Amino acid sequence: MTTTTDHGLAGHSPRLSEGLPETSPNRRRFSWNFAIRIVLLLIAATLTLGPVLWTLSTSLRSPSESFKLPPSFFPWNPDFTSYGEVFQQLNIFLLVLNSALVTGLIAVGQMVTAAMAGYAFAHLKFRGRGALFSIVLATMMVPVQVTIVPVFMLIRGMGLSDTLLALILPAIPTAFGTFLMRQYFMGLPAELAEAAAIDGASPWRTFRSVYAPLAMPGMAIVGILAFNFHWNEFFRPLILTISEQNFTLPLGLVSLQGNLGTGSISVVLAGVVLSMIPALVVFMFGQRALQDGLTAGTGK
Amino acid sequence: MSTTSPHRERPKRTARPAAKALANPGAGRSAGPATAGSARHSQRWLAWIFLAPTILGMGLFTLIPIVASVVLAFFRWDIISAPTFVGFDNFSEVVQDPTVRVSFLNTILFVVVAVAFQLGLALALAIMVQEKMPAWLRVFFRSAFFFPLILSAASVSIFMRYLFNEQFGVVNWFLSLAGIPAVPWLTTPGGSAAVVILVYVWQNFGFSFLLFIGGLASIPVETYEAASIDGATGWRKHLYVTLPLLSPTTLVASVMAIISALQVFDQPYVLTRGGPGDSTRTAVMVIFESAFQRLEFGQASAIGVLLTLIIMAITAAQFRLSKRFVFYQ
Repeated sequence: MTTTTDHGLAGHSPRLSEGLPETSPNRRRFSWNFAIRIVLLLIAATLTLGPVLWTLSTSLRSPSESFKLPPSFFPWNPDFTSYGEVFQQLNIFLLVLNSALVTGLIAVGQMVTAAMAGYAFAHLKFRGRGALFSIVLATMMVPVQVTIVPVFMLIRGMGLSDTLLALILPAIPTAFGTFLMRQYFMGLPAELAEAAAIDGASPWRTFRSVYAPLAMPGMAIVGILAFNFHWNEFFRPLILTISEQNFTLPLGLVSLQGNLGTGSISVVLAGVVLSMIPALVVFMFGQRALQDGLTAGTGK
Repeated sequence: MSTTSPHRERPKRTARPAAKALANPGAGRSAGPATAGSARHSQRWLAWIFLAPTILGMGLFTLIPIVASVVLAFFRWDIISAPTFVGFDNFSEVVQDPTVRVSFLNTILFVVVAVAFQLGLALALAIMVQEKMPAWLRVFFRSAFFFPLILSAASVSIFMRYLFNEQFGVVNWFLSLAGIPAVPWLTTPGGSAAVVILVYVWQNFGFSFLLFIGGLASIPVETYEAASIDGATGWRKHLYVTLPLLSPTTLVASVMAIISALQVFDQPYVLTRGGPGDSTRTAVMVIFESAFQRLEFGQASAIGVLLTLIIMAITAAQFRLSKRFVFYQ
């Protein structure tokens, strides 16, 4: 049952659909197709957001009530004891500090090194540029699990085992970030460099004062992606850190869950909610940038 | 024209004469004006300085480890005693090891089911979201489907463990409302495999969804007009217009989904630790266990090499197959 109003995938460009005679406002009428579609989408959205809402809501129940059914989806009477409990059972401050330090330094490191390498690949001339860029791209294909054993040995050899640096250093060189920054710099005209050269600026000066400021939005994407990925990272920290004072948040939460067994859900979930806060902030302010970054280089 | 890539709207580099010189570095060396010589010289130095952190870092932490991993696969080594060369022993042991076999089989089964589920769901939802609806509603749905991507797989697996608990889990509570008896989700092989797949798809379908949204936005409206003039309506419109025109996106989405599903670790590790039995043990979990629990670094490397070969073979096969099925405008 398709009505004329449901015609065409207008998508993001209302301008195009407005031009179609079929979508004129006075033809609007109830459409079963539309209603079924919205209901299906609402079900999907409920299934996506429901578990998160339940997590938030249950973390706000008192520990003794956290197992009770029916489940709660709206925190009518919020009870914050579970949050106090998390701080007692887990050194949250240290975990957050570790995660913030590791993630922040990786993000800044990636932004700087990727911008430099991306600029070199986009605008500087040197021998072997194409081949080198291909090698950089090829490293994107290699799964982290394949290199983890030698990386672990290397970290040991450097005397960095069980330190936060062991998590930070290997994560800074980024093939994807370099690729993204190269694309970004390619979009900036080469004439800027010519103009700067005529004004007597050195190539370094041209980068620092002309291109780098223009590339800030691209660097922001690299930074946000790095932050989101490494804040949530579990596999590498699980292997490269041993003592609890070097744990990052995901590791701490999993260990908290292990300690408690099935003791009290709300305490574990309070920890989960706390760990989600930075992700939520990034989601609110950087959603567009994250989406652009994730889909960059996929050709669409 | 894509709305997801900010670079597209900028002037294309290749349209400029300067790009010719860039595409062929070194060509201008003799032809260029003599005064440009020192600038080119300092440019070359600057290029290497700019590349140094990335190139050195990648060499140290990616390229050397790749080579080392392949070499290590031919040695027996537990870190404590000196490594001994064992030829292909690691590979033959690994291939015969029932746990390794089961884990690879699990991984392949997981990839097939999870990726099919993920792509199907993402495509259906992307088509539904792209059709006519109020803008705010579209933004809401897009954000809702994108949201799980920003969470950590470890946290997600933690709360999902509670949701799927047999006695007090919310999932079974909902099922009990429909009169369905409690399902032992995490304590039976079939149940835990289902949960691992559901949780993984729940978290990752948003990524394929984003790719499909981008692909759909690039299909010209005129194509649908032409199709409807020819009498195509509803599902037929999508079968004969959307799917063929979307095939390049589908290829990219499936390659990325398969590569990431082959590396699944966080969800089964936190949800089930690979159990019960070996029912949810994946290839990457076996790499982790043989290296860091049993200290068999050579065997772990051999498993890693095998996994990489599988990933490369599948990716190559996909691109080859795509020559037949992908329709470029």
